[in-house]
Amino acid sequence: MHVLELRNVVKEFPGQRAVDGVTLALERGGFYSLLGPSGCGKTTTLRMVGGFEKPSSGDVFLNGERVNERKPYERNVSTVFQSYALFPHLTALGNVEFGLRERGVAGRRERAMNALELVKLSARAQRFPAALSGGEKQRVALARSLVLEPQLLLLDEPLAALDPDLRKQMRAELKAMQRQTGITFLLVTHDQEEALSLSDKLAVMNSGRIEQFGTPEDVYLRPASAFVAGFLGAVNWFGDAGVRPEATRIARERPAEGPSRRASVASVVFLGNRVHVHMALDEGGRAVAELPRAQDQFREGDAVWLHWNAADEMRFP
Amino acid sequence: MNLRRIFLFPARVWMALFFAAPLAIVCGYSFLTRGEYGGVEQPWTFENFTRLADPLYLAILWRSVRIAALATGLCVALGFPLALFIARAGKRRNLYLQLVLLPFWTSFLVRTYAWLFILRDTGLVNTVLQSLHIIDAPLQLLYNEGAVLAGLVYNFLPFFVLPMYATLERLDPALLEAAADLGARPLATLRRVIIPVSMPGIVAGAVLVFIPCLGAYLTPDLLGGGKTVMLGNLVQNQFTTARDWPFGSAASLVLMLASALLLAGLMRSRVRKELM
Repeated sequence: MHVLELRNVVKEFPGQRAVDGVTLALERGGFYSLLGPSGCGKTTTLRMVGGFEKPSSGDVFLNGERVNERKPYERNVSTVFQSYALFPHLTALGNVEFGLRERGVAGRRERAMNALELVKLSARAQRFPAALSGGEKQRVALARSLVLEPQLLLLDEPLAALDPDLRKQMRAELKAMQRQTGITFLLVTHDQEEALSLSDKLAVMNSGRIEQFGTPEDVYLRPASAFVAGFLGAVNWFGDAGVRPEATRIARERPAEGPSRRASVASVVFLGNRVHVHMALDEGGRAVAELPRAQDQFREGDAVWLHWNAADEMRFP
Repeated sequence: MNLRRIFLFPARVWMALFFAAPLAIVCGYSFLTRGEYGGVEQPWTFENFTRLADPLYLAILWRSVRIAALATGLCVALGFPLALFIARAGKRRNLYLQLVLLPFWTSFLVRTYAWLFILRDTGLVNTVLQSLHIIDAPLQLLYNEGAVLAGLVYNFLPFFVLPMYATLERLDPALLEAAADLGARPLATLRRVIIPVSMPGIVAGAVLVFIPCLGAYLTPDLLGGGKTVMLGNLVQNQFTTARDWPFGSAASLVLMLASALLLAGLMRSRVRKELM
């Protein structure tokens, strides 16, 4: 049985269809993401799972039970909010105990302390949210949800407010926590790197619909649409064939076989271990090749041939 | 720096002439002796203050505190749900806020007199109850503590609703969603999140109601019919009928001091809470 199943879910707001027929089924114990640009309906979808919005049509099933009409407090799912939404009048420990107290669970203090231990925040248990850093608040929010052992943990852009170093570290910890607890995670993000690195499977959303649901390799290497290809990374378009910059090569002479185009180097951008060579195609249009730094032998104005393996082409009907 | 002085000058003169100077005069009077035909005379004395310890005056002080506390409690009980309702009314917020402020379009005096017409023997309430044959003889609704309380709550309710609304309007809706998400039903969310988080607003609104209620004189005068004497009436009486300016000054100083101490205490506890 699927821990979550969405069947043709639609959500309409006045003058706008935020979610336009989403169908999705999640297996227990996986790490899933909803990935898409802002306004694509991913957060609205998450809020319908959490019970904060009611679908205009379609059905939401948790563990096989239809929950369309159930309030958030009647669902065994928990949300980590983008703003964390910690209760300012309670300590970190008080925040983690909140849900346990509401459910009348015995041994609250001990469970809450264990949850804080899991997120490595036992030392801050008595602090109020105002005295915690962004990363620490994030951990309290996680502990507050995880301590309830929900069937499904919903995370709404949880890393968006953190600075880049911390984001990478929290990313690794999120994955570890998911594996350790075995709880199904459903993450909403607009950061493709985040979705690719964390998810067992991800759903790429665009204008209220899921364009593709698959493993990170699937969606990156075998995108189902031009939108998916473009959203997950840069694409050079040669007619209706798309090629990723890292699959695009450059040569001085015309290659003996395989597809190729004449171009001139417009600029070279140094990125540390890699370089991006931007080119203007003679036939019109632009392309970029990502090369290891060692192969950086091209300069602005050079006339070159860019080429690729036909196997690396992404084609969409 | 100079510009600042120039702009502050009018306010300084105003405060000095019409606040500090009268306060100093009242302070001085309170240590003097009553003149035979009003006014004040030497010698200096503490007697005005010791007289306030008389059971008669202590009863007035106690009654004032009790009525003001009751009025404040009623304002909180009526005003909190109202403010919460307005804060969540979406587009109609402004309309409801205007309605709360509507009574201010007429004078305080007129509004208080209006209560006479509602509560008197031939007033609105008694007429309606009698015509419905619920009562035979008119109820004595006027000239008692209940009437004073009704008038005070009516007049000062907006002073609680407005700051309370400002606090509740700022309350992060995500906190309410988080509470529901963690299993709290609406009443539990109210008790465990909304009320504690908005406590500074509740305290601020309560102070804004309690202090003017403590010193109220017009409402107890009109609706209490001189039977429900509060501190404000005592002060007024001493300056007019009794012509005992020094004692009136002492009474008003004690009233001021009580308010100031209460305010200071609350501010400190609020500040401490905010710092945690």
